[in-house]
Amino acid sequence: MTVTSVDKDVDRLTLTVVAEFDAAIERVWRMWADPRLLERWWGPVSHPATVDEHDLSVGGAVRYVLSGPDGQTTRGWWRVTNVDPPVSLDFVDGFAEPDGTPITERSTMTVQVRLARHKGGTRMEVRSVFSSREDMEQLARMGALDLFVQSVGQMDALLVG
Amino acid sequence: MVVGVSADEAVDGLFHALADATRRDIVRRCLRGESSVSQLAAAYPMSFAAVQKHVAVLERAGLVSKERRGREQLVRTDVDAVRRARRALDQLETAWRGRVDRMARLLAEVPDPDASAPSRGRRR
Repeated sequence: MTVTSVDKDVDRLTLTVVAEFDAAIERVWRMWADPRLLERWWGPVSHPATVDEHDLSVGGAVRYVLSGPDGQTTRGWWRVTNVDPPVSLDFVDGFAEPDGTPITERSTMTVQVRLARHKGGTRMEVRSVFSSREDMEQLARMGALDLFVQSVGQMDALLVG
Repeated sequence: MVVGVSADEAVDGLFHALADATRRDIVRRCLRGESSVSQLAAAYPMSFAAVQKHVAVLERAGLVSKERRGREQLVRTDVDAVRRARRALDQLETAWRGRVDRMARLLAEVPDPDASAPSRGRRR
């Protein structure tokens, strides 16, 4: 079995999943770092993901669309807060409007990924915490969301041009 | 984000409501038995108005209900709502198990770049 442990903390609204892969750490890192690979596992089979922006640097953004069987799409975004290839990646994951603007009224998730070499393979720990609006407000104060809107605007400008 | 978990607006409100330490404490306190808003206000180092605001957020999320009895407003936790939070975490677990499975399958499928010839272009 790939998943070796699951810890649920209802009080802290935190889920920690530990998995072991029979693959080198660099290859597991690529699952996150290569947008073409990321889109093959991020969304469920019923809602495959298309990643149209992918910048895994601190402050960088990832934008994606999940496409449902009924033609409905859900837009999502990441804001990267920490990255250290190939061992750690932290980001905030949230919903976006159809134009890519982050929706701050809806809950977001703070995700921490840790990779380690383990028994000739790789151990991956993913900690997901449902974030509060207060966290989002802090993110907004830091200007992180403005930057995001800007980069989306630039993308749109490129598409028009 | 996870489709079917947070896509549910009601669950969104639930998580927002529970994402604050004071509000979590109010939920715990009022699970053991109802408390008046003034009793709650006495328990936290914040104003009556601030506690009232927290209770309002919890009420909107359906985590507590408020009942007026005389001059007192009694707050009680809705056990079903706490179960909903638990269920949302269960769904998140299912989502991550799926992701891990797909990653494992993909790792088995995509050739090891060190073990084989360099790939010719990436597949979409």
